[in-house]
Amino acid sequence: MSEFGERIEAAIPALRRYARALTRDAETADDIVQDTLVRALRSEHLFHGGDTRAWLYTILTNLNRNRLRALSRRPILAPIKDEDAATSGSESGGRDIARALDELAEDQRSALLLVVLEGLTYREVAEVQGVPIGTVMSRLSRARTQIKAYLDDERPALRRVK
Amino acid sequence: MIERDQIVSEDELNAYVDGELPADRRGVIEAWLATHPDDAAKVSAWRKQVELIRARYGALADEKPPQQLSIARLTRRRYGAMVAAAAAVVAAFLIGGVAGWIARGVEAAAPSDLTVFTADALDAYRLYVVEVRHPVEVPGDQRPHLVEWLSKRVGSPLRAPELDKMGLKLVGGRLLPGPTGATAFFMYEGPSGERFTLYCGRTSDQETALRYTAGEHNAAYYWVDQNLAYVLSGPAERDKLHDIAQAAYDQIDQRRPQQGG
Repeated sequence: MSEFGERIEAAIPALRRYARALTRDAETADDIVQDTLVRALRSEHLFHGGDTRAWLYTILTNLNRNRLRALSRRPILAPIKDEDAATSGSESGGRDIARALDELAEDQRSALLLVVLEGLTYREVAEVQGVPIGTVMSRLSRARTQIKAYLDDERPALRRVK
Repeated sequence: MIERDQIVSEDELNAYVDGELPADRRGVIEAWLATHPDDAAKVSAWRKQVELIRARYGALADEKPPQQLSIARLTRRRYGAMVAAAAAVVAAFLIGGVAGWIARGVEAAAPSDLTVFTADALDAYRLYVVEVRHPVEVPGDQRPHLVEWLSKRVGSPLRAPELDKMGLKLVGGRLLPGPTGATAFFMYEGPSGERFTLYCGRTSDQETALRYTAGEHNAAYYWVDQNLAYVLSGPAERDKLHDIAQAAYDQIDQRRPQQGG
């Protein structure tokens, strides 16, 4: 396998983690990871050094954004699958955080996960999302405020119909 | 001026939690938190969120990724596909019924927009493959005319893949209504009369790798490439169908200069 292929392969576990948290659905997550890998392999000649991992996160983030856009155009074909949240009854903390993530706007969720789960710096997240650092920071701030409000809220959560 | 230095913004609290703060501000923030319990509670709640997220999803990175995500497999499927596919077909004919080895692990389809497209394509497949006298509108010996006509109607340059190496001859094609408008339909036939069809129309969906879906007697591989959705349908022999779909996918993929993204 080429060095390029090896570097991509090394990133797969982290990509799966990010995709799972981003989509909260195991099957969708692995589909997106696969599409990301296919894209990356196809675009090897466009990759001129730099951080392979950040580049892969960028592809995955864009693919997921496109996916959500496509789903919003065809709501009937987009059953809300929440197996991740539903099957984690044993750890109530996990269940809550999954639901809380679910409530966030996509760009906020992606910014937060890239920082706290994937360990990217603010600058790297800004590059992945194609926005200034200030925008990343306000996304983080809003995400955290919203999650806190959600977790603090004692009322039974209403499932949002998207 | 000390006052100005000591005002702590929300952004700085975030940066503090994420370890992004310049060293010289850390002490300032810590002093601030000692005297501002609201902000201290906020910071502690945010740290708790980090823990919850890591506890919930962190372990996934220690799992062995499934086969479908192996780079060796994805690479082989892209670049070695023609050779491997031809070998698989030969093996299938010789051994008969032996499962091919390159198609295992291609994931079952996730629900998506393409579902409608694929359902329509399978309907068209079932409707036309049984036709004896009029399976197509334009016969395959007029390939350039057929492709030009369908490209024009679909509104995008199309290509009828050459599948002769897989033993498949282009029977011809027809124009069909599809979920997004005019849709092209190409039919191929193998030496023992088995038929395969390629259904293709415009879509705004994002690109995908090959996806598989199966009915009782027939099955399809479908994918999106460059604003066109493709569905390759045929008898429900997954390995053989995969090889044909892969050959079609590769030819369509090579039609254009490579683009990334």
